[in-house]
Amino acid sequence: MSDIALSTGRVHGANRTGQLVVAGMIAITAVILLFPDALSALAKYPDGLVVPFKDWVGAFMAWLKANFTWLTRSLAAAIDVPLRFAFSLLAKGFKFGNGETAWTLPRLSWLGVTAVMVWLGFNFGGLRLAVLCGLGFLALVFFNVWDNSMLTLALIAICVPFCIVTGLFLGIWGHLSPRANRWFIAPSLDLMQTMPTFAYLIPMLLLFGASPVSALLATGLFATPPMVRATILGLNKVPQEIKDFADMAGCTKSQKLWRVLVPSAKPSLMIGVNQVIMLALNMVIISSMIGAGGLGYDVLLALRALKIGQAMEAGLAIVIMAVVLDRLSQAMAHKRPEAVIAAGFWGRHSNTVLAIGMLLGSTVLSIAFPAMNKLPDSLTFTTAPYWKAGVDWITINFFDTIETMRVFVLLNFLNPLRASFEALPWFGILLVLTAVGWRLGGWGLALVIAVLTGFCATTGLWVPAMQTLYLCGVSALVASALGIPIGLWCSRSDRVSAIVTPIIDTLQTIPSFCFIIPVVMLFRVGDVTAMIATVAFSIVPAVRYTNHGIRQVPHQLIEAGIVSGCTKWQLFRRVQLPVAMPEIMLGINQTILLSLSMIIICAMVGTRDLGQEVFKALSKADAGRGIVAGLVIAFIGIIADRLITAWVNRMRERRGTA
Amino acid sequence: MNTKMPDAEIQRPVKLSCRNLWKVFGANAAEFMRAHGGEATTAELDEASLVGAVRNTTLEIREGEIFIVMGLSGSGKSTLVRCLSRLIEPTTGELTFNGKDLLKASEAELIDIRRHKMGMVFQHFALLPHLTVLENVAFPLSIQGIGKAEREARAHKMIDLVSLNGREHHFPSELSGGQQQRVGIARSLAVEPEIWFLDEPFSALDPLIRREMQTELMRLQSVLKKTVVFITHDFDEAIRLADRIAIMKDGEIIQIGTPEDLVSNPATDYVAEFTADVNRAKVLSARTLMGAPTNKSNGLEKVAAKAKIASFAAAIVDSSKPFAVIGDDGEVMGEISPGTVIDLLSGKERGAGR
Ligand SMILES: Nc1ncnc2c1ncn2[C@@H]1O[C@H](COP(=O)(O)OP(=O)(O)OP(=O)(O)O)[C@@H](O)[C@H]1O
Ligand SMILES: [Mg+2]
Repeated sequence: MSDIALSTGRVHGANRTGQLVVAGMIAITAVILLFPDALSALAKYPDGLVVPFKDWVGAFMAWLKANFTWLTRSLAAAIDVPLRFAFSLLAKGFKFGNGETAWTLPRLSWLGVTAVMVWLGFNFGGLRLAVLCGLGFLALVFFNVWDNSMLTLALIAICVPFCIVTGLFLGIWGHLSPRANRWFIAPSLDLMQTMPTFAYLIPMLLLFGASPVSALLATGLFATPPMVRATILGLNKVPQEIKDFADMAGCTKSQKLWRVLVPSAKPSLMIGVNQVIMLALNMVIISSMIGAGGLGYDVLLALRALKIGQAMEAGLAIVIMAVVLDRLSQAMAHKRPEAVIAAGFWGRHSNTVLAIGMLLGSTVLSIAFPAMNKLPDSLTFTTAPYWKAGVDWITINFFDTIETMRVFVLLNFLNPLRASFEALPWFGILLVLTAVGWRLGGWGLALVIAVLTGFCATTGLWVPAMQTLYLCGVSALVASALGIPIGLWCSRSDRVSAIVTPIIDTLQTIPSFCFIIPVVMLFRVGDVTAMIATVAFSIVPAVRYTNHGIRQVPHQLIEAGIVSGCTKWQLFRRVQLPVAMPEIMLGINQTILLSLSMIIICAMVGTRDLGQEVFKALSKADAGRGIVAGLVIAFIGIIADRLITAWVNRMRERRGTA
Repeated sequence: MNTKMPDAEIQRPVKLSCRNLWKVFGANAAEFMRAHGGEATTAELDEASLVGAVRNTTLEIREGEIFIVMGLSGSGKSTLVRCLSRLIEPTTGELTFNGKDLLKASEAELIDIRRHKMGMVFQHFALLPHLTVLENVAFPLSIQGIGKAEREARAHKMIDLVSLNGREHHFPSELSGGQQQRVGIARSLAVEPEIWFLDEPFSALDPLIRREMQTELMRLQSVLKKTVVFITHDFDEAIRLADRIAIMKDGEIIQIGTPEDLVSNPATDYVAEFTADVNRAKVLSARTLMGAPTNKSNGLEKVAAKAKIASFAAAIVDSSKPFAVIGDDGEVMGEISPGTVIDLLSGKERGAGR
């Protein structure tokens, strides 16, 4: 007894000191803020002390470019082969010879591709999915975006298998060697997943030029991490008994891995595959900036020319593609194995044969009937004028309202906030964050936080970093303020949940790029647009985790509450909310990370922050500047993630001992 | 204790044995044990914040017997059986299988031993979710590189043996718990192992199914005559199945003996407590309760020395006369009176029970 009392006393004491230290650091920050002139070196990072990371990285990239041209060239040539093949197969057709004797082998007929999609949908998800796949792909045909859709699909088709295989092997390594995982793989994944998308484009652009190959490489790099994580998680989750069984059956190491562990982890792996596909689609769209072509390029062109209708239409095509690919790969992931009793070649491969037959048959027919190769323009129709008319109508009728609202928010909230964030002294924030890190996670965490924050300051990018923090913070705050109540509402009513769930599922599948299109039409460029697009993009986890957190509160706890006479409100306030708190915090964490990634993309709509740094660097192919700014963004994400995770762990721990 | 063991068992060769086996979990456990000369008390282990999951265990498992390790949750049963099969390395001690030092076996030898001589059944079945029943059962054969036709024929035989015909092409997730464990049993028997480890195979099943599976196991054993190491935390199950039982507590084995030994001669209060609720009439035999023979014994009704009391209790009480107890060779060994039997049934015997 006395032991317990003693130890809680000690914890309490540590708590007090922790609070005091943090309060002290905040006080120091306030002092710096109050005397900006006397302590100017602590408020504004001195220019003279800026470490030229930019130049170093730039020099390194230049060196790479100069000395490894042979490598990049041959790599590009090697990748170009399958890529060109996929382009020809799906979009362009195979051209042979030139001049008079030139002839073309047609690409796969749209009818065949759509039929295969329907067939896949039916096999994996029944009639509903078949209809979804069919309608989706037909829409691509009739909206006359088939060519570009197939270019995008070809890129994904080449990229995804590569990501899956690489991710699988890295994941296996991480599983077999926990040390490599802890010290190398996990930190690299953290960095890669918080690096903004643009930052991936820059080195590729520099090394490989603007081409589908560099787009493919950037996409591959960007989309692999979830597969690594899913593999490690899945393999680590295989029950000990199954591992023991493998040993007892006398499996060799490789038999154990490939015949027991990997197949047992298949459900997790398939979730990884789904994420890879979705990220690849997202990134392929964004890499249209460095020459990927396809649907993303349409959006980009239309956005640059402010052609609202076209942008919306191309955006819609992306959404259709995203929803179809997502639902299909999820259905594949959840498909339970089916026994194949029928023997022989036909019994085992009837599906494959049928699909290839449909593709070949329709393609051969398309030589006779060109409409099956490319639908005549007379049959397609465009929705662009309607979108434009709709937006015009809104602008004419509500311009004043919208504009007033925009200006009001900008002048009264965003601008003052921006100013105060810009004024935050680097040294004070460094101290406060480090102290918070120490309090939540001990010396190790404090050190990590101090180094990362220090990096942000020493690069000389402190002010843009604070600008990013401001936009990201505001957006995450608004997203949480909207998302958590919606999540709570969902958790209390199955009907609401049934309505909200499909909406957030769809929101989650839409590539980040597409969120900008409708908002920019209504609010034009600037911080307000960035904020709204970011909120729409990042609200999903806040809703989902809150709903899930409240719903998973153990039933006994609620019954215990009812028995002890809680009112409904007390039950919620005193039982459900505290128990669900860690889960809700994890949702907020996700929301922050998504906000950060989106706010950077919003550089396209004229924000002024780190994203703009990267964006400019991209347009000038300035690798040093872009990569360093990208790192600062990644570090902001990692700092937020580490602090919140440490906080949640502490909460859980205390709950455990309480 | 050994005096009471049926003679045949003593002569059977030892299949698997361990001497002074320790498994200590925690940082630098091996060095700690070396420093302490291979012995450590609970207090010493606690101080070094180590867990002595198996301590100083010595046992011999003989060919063809069902050897049961019984103990409460956390007593170290699983750790012991995992050491015996070398799924984990014992910290110190000796381990012999078929007279050879199992701890010296190389990786390749170990794989070979496990492929041909050991089978194991797991508490939560450990079936591979992506394979059908047939493929699961054939899996251990398949990794040995046995051809498809042969391994499927052998798997079919095993599936027959556990009465799962007609389910060959089902997936584990489509079977009930009892059926899944039948698959686990069939799979572990497919390689025709010499020694068969079962780690709480029926604990995850509900009581009715559990009984049914115990009966099934006894039927299988009467045909197969494997050497069985069976883990359980259920004393009734142990008594039903065991030739011999080892009782484990806090990593140590506190008594090894036949069910009858444990019931009639518990080594400690802890063992006595386990045996208190047992239906003694089903465990004790005529030999244990008989008195000395008298000159009238020859004229009495006869009962075999090995017969359990429950098997003749009704008859002896009805006749209200003593029975003569006859040994294997037909000689009269003693006499058992209806009074003793009634006392046992009513729980008066030795003041134990309720
Ligand atoms: N890998 C491990 N690391 C540390 N301690 C362990 C490990 N495995 C088991 N233990 C400890 O060893 C002790 C014995 O565990 P074991 O699993 O052998 O018990 P058991 O008798 O099989 O119990 P149960 O009936 O619950 O299966 C327990 O105190 C357990 O906490
Ligand atoms: Mg166990």
